[in-house]
Amino acid sequence: MRPFSYQRATDPDMALQALSAAAAANNPLTKATAQPLAGGTTLIDLMKLDVMRPAAIVDINPLARSWSAIEPGSDGLRLGALAKMSDVAAHAEIQRNYPVIANSLKLAASAQLRNMATLGGNVMQRTRCSYFRDVSYENCNKRNPGSGCAAMDGVNRVHAVLGTSDQCIATYPGDFAQALIALDAMVEITGRSGARRLPFADLHKAPGKTPDIETTLQPGELISAFSIPGRWPRSVYLKARDRQSYEFALSSAAVALDVHDGTIRDARVALGGVATVPWRAREAEALLKGQKFDDGLAQRVADAAFAEAKGRRHNGFKIALGKRVVARALQQAVTMEI
Amino acid sequence: MTAAAPEPKANMGRPVPRYEAAAKVTGRATYASDMPLDNPAYAFLVTSAIAKGRIDSFDLDDARRVRGVIDIVTHENAPKLKESKLFSNGGYAGTTIQPLKSADITHDGQIIAVVIAESYEAAREAANRVKVSYTAVAPSASFDSPGTTTAAAKGQNAQFKEDPEVGDFAKAFDAAEVKLTASYETPTQHHNPMELFTTSCAWMGDELVIYEGSQYVYGLKNGVAEQLGIDADKVRVVNPYVGGGFGSRGSMTPRTAIIAGIAKRLNRPIKLVPTRDQGFTIATHRAETRHEIKLGAGRDGKLVALRHDGAEVSSRPDAYCVGGTKTTTRLYACPNVASLVSIVRADRNTPGFMRSPPEVPYLFALESAMDELAVKLNMDPVELRRINDTNVEPIGGKPYTSRSLMACFDEAAKAFGWSQRSPQPKSMSDGDWLVGYGCAATCYPTQMAPSAARVRLQRDGRTRVEIAGHEIGTGAYTVIAQTAAERLGVPLEKVAVFLGDSDLPPAPVAGGSNSTASTCSAVMMVCDRIRQRLFKAVMPSDSLTDKAKETVGISQAPSTQAAKSDRPLDIEKAFDALGVGIVEEYGEWKPEGAPLDSFTAMHSGHARLVGGHQMKDKIAYAFGAEFVEVRVNRFTHEIRCPRLVGAFAAGRIMNPRTARSQLMGGLIWGMSSALLEATEIDERNARYVNDNLADYLVPVSADVPGVEVILLSEQDDHINPAGVKGLGELANVGTNAAICNAIYHATGQRIRKLPVRLENIEV
Repeated sequence: MRPFSYQRATDPDMALQALSAAAAANNPLTKATAQPLAGGTTLIDLMKLDVMRPAAIVDINPLARSWSAIEPGSDGLRLGALAKMSDVAAHAEIQRNYPVIANSLKLAASAQLRNMATLGGNVMQRTRCSYFRDVSYENCNKRNPGSGCAAMDGVNRVHAVLGTSDQCIATYPGDFAQALIALDAMVEITGRSGARRLPFADLHKAPGKTPDIETTLQPGELISAFSIPGRWPRSVYLKARDRQSYEFALSSAAVALDVHDGTIRDARVALGGVATVPWRAREAEALLKGQKFDDGLAQRVADAAFAEAKGRRHNGFKIALGKRVVARALQQAVTMEI
Repeated sequence: MTAAAPEPKANMGRPVPRYEAAAKVTGRATYASDMPLDNPAYAFLVTSAIAKGRIDSFDLDDARRVRGVIDIVTHENAPKLKESKLFSNGGYAGTTIQPLKSADITHDGQIIAVVIAESYEAAREAANRVKVSYTAVAPSASFDSPGTTTAAAKGQNAQFKEDPEVGDFAKAFDAAEVKLTASYETPTQHHNPMELFTTSCAWMGDELVIYEGSQYVYGLKNGVAEQLGIDADKVRVVNPYVGGGFGSRGSMTPRTAIIAGIAKRLNRPIKLVPTRDQGFTIATHRAETRHEIKLGAGRDGKLVALRHDGAEVSSRPDAYCVGGTKTTTRLYACPNVASLVSIVRADRNTPGFMRSPPEVPYLFALESAMDELAVKLNMDPVELRRINDTNVEPIGGKPYTSRSLMACFDEAAKAFGWSQRSPQPKSMSDGDWLVGYGCAATCYPTQMAPSAARVRLQRDGRTRVEIAGHEIGTGAYTVIAQTAAERLGVPLEKVAVFLGDSDLPPAPVAGGSNSTASTCSAVMMVCDRIRQRLFKAVMPSDSLTDKAKETVGISQAPSTQAAKSDRPLDIEKAFDALGVGIVEEYGEWKPEGAPLDSFTAMHSGHARLVGGHQMKDKIAYAFGAEFVEVRVNRFTHEIRCPRLVGAFAAGRIMNPRTARSQLMGGLIWGMSSALLEATEIDERNARYVNDNLADYLVPVSADVPGVEVILLSEQDDHINPAGVKGLGELANVGTNAAICNAIYHATGQRIRKLPVRLENIEV
């Protein structure tokens, strides 16, 4: 870890000012010299590993007073960015009307981490690619743009099969983001020039030629809240992983259905553990809409979701696994009692 | 009694709580890194980013500019150290690769520089700023890499003396009615004890104190003295508590003498705290292994031929191997046996002991093969073991001192509900889950080593036991206190035990499950001498003194037949007769069959372990049987293990509570080894990839909802005075095979390579 300044921001203006002051270098947010600190469960790790080297830390936890509300309404849900994962997961109305959100949070990390980690920080968490996290590897396009990718032909069991580029195959590791992207969530962002709203689907950027740029957030901007339109009581988060708890997904599916008289009126499918960014499978959703559900349809949907997937040496299994996870999540969503 | 404190059966001690329980749960227990130092400097290691090649140059300018940096030590300015031989070749070291000696790099993560600074933070920051230019050479990573060399273990590893064989394997296998040939593979694994590989060194004049978690303080003391070229009596190693060892702290690692040397030069105490990932390369590991098993049997299930060939990866300079054929060739009755252990040299760090070193990989192969044979024979796997059970090992024809293998199978099978198993694979399920039951035998050699102890008894019953044994989490303090209390007849709470200090009387390495047998035998002997002195003072006739040997307790009424006619000893009267307030005895105990140089070796840090198959006219092993339920998800192929049941017999059980705890930990580790633990190696550069606890998976509580330990009563008078077989390494041996056997039962798929992960399942 390298020396850094620490400032505790007591209100949003103070936080934004402190973050912008150090933002002049025009780096992507992930490399910005000033970093906001919420739960700290990713940032501190990466600082210890010398992967992130901010000169200034702006502690935004005091903002939780106004930014941590959990507000279920008749036409949707609003979640403050500084709400703790554990509080949202345990909220009775979210468990009832948004099980995909509650379960994506409950199945993430450990109880201790969920008690510390915030929703805003959770969606911003960075990849678990071992080569990204080990600075003794020079070749990481995400850390050192243009240096190559050690994972491409290295040990890549946990890496992505969707949304990859010839520059980067690092997996987006989170769970909650799959629920957000599936439910057409919006992100509320606050910056010095004011507030803006953005579809959650536009927050993360696929690696393409610039894997070092991971989101469209600008330095000095903060996520203040997420809003989710509608209610999705028929929704499921299914997560396959090596151990029963405290482990990232090898493959996961966030599925939400609106079924009326056996016909699927609306369907949402998002994939975790298999893609470089939170991943919405829109082609798969299109196959479901207006259809009656059966296992054959589930299979076609799963195939469509992974039609573009490309496996490498150790992660090819994720394509077959991902399809089974999608199909099973759909079955579970269709049959759930609501 | 509770589940954690099982009711003692015959030949078991009381399940008293841990001696240091309160100290540990309140944080008062002081581990090596907790020891206060006077104005210490802090060290941080720089380790190599290549596995083979050389360092061309360092650029230290940036690092030196960090405020608080005192010195940066590289091969160009490191203290000169003497070499130490490998532990298994009569030395102290876990590797002969001595870093900071030259510009050469021999393995990934080798120590190449040590930054010394006024704070840990400054040392770490400066270490991050050290720039190194290398000339890298393509390394050989493992078995299938080009450039490795392979040779028989026999002849290159002093501790591997024989490839056991008997009869005519080739002929018998050829003629066998039922034959099985199968290959198995186990991965690289790392111990990952919670306590990191820290070292603090402080000099007082020419005397050195080392605070370091060690499983062998006498070995470390003598090893560091040898490397520094100083008298071993000038070195003291202190660690009253060790945060887990599992073999990783049994032999000396190169870091200690380096830190001691730098502390001497700096004339200041130094504290080193390496990181978790550095721990993967600055200490040892369990090497990856490959096996081929050939079994020939009659239709009745009787083995007629058994061959076990094993291959293990070691480093370029060191011929380390575990050679588990000594166990697998002797486990079952079989007249024709052959075996061969080979060592494959690659560009890796030298591997070392890891919990049940030989038995874990080798029994996985044999016990998987036995299950495969049972399938071929259409026979219950428990019955196949029964048919081949024996009280005489087949290689040398020596009798087992005691062997409760089938009793363990029967007890565990009953508790598990084995009779509910439908034998057909893929025939049991529960919702989304395919259910499988599997079992395997487990065993571990009974080993002992010379040990000393000092015991002091005061007139008021207060007792002090001193022995340089090791509390690695096993319960050593507790069972030693119980032994002294029982032997002297004083209340347990009056016994104070001092361990983990090389200024105390020597104990052997806490490895090979020998500690309880060795240290408790020594403590018993010394307590008996104290009792005899007291008895002699009041009853100075020899015959009565002899009787005293049979007497249990001084202040208590004698309980044995022999002493019943005598009045109980009045302890205060005895002290008055002796005319002293304290009686103290020091004694050195050695097991039957220990070599002539045992005591000299004990003091110079060489543990002369005896036992197992190396006893003269007998063979001593502890046994157990393990049953597991495995569930495989039809959709995700996730593999879970909701139930582990093990029954174990290991001679006298000193304390059912600590015994259960160790065996439970063993079962869990065994499951972990089968399903989770593997160190991934990047074949291109021979570097470890998942060198942290987020990526090197071990079970969380949710992975082990049901673990049941059954302790069987067993008495063995042919092993050591304590009657103890040792059980620290007993439980994690059979689990790998039991899990794979259960996966076969659940899915019909035989998996012969560990760990088994969801992508290996095809259902």
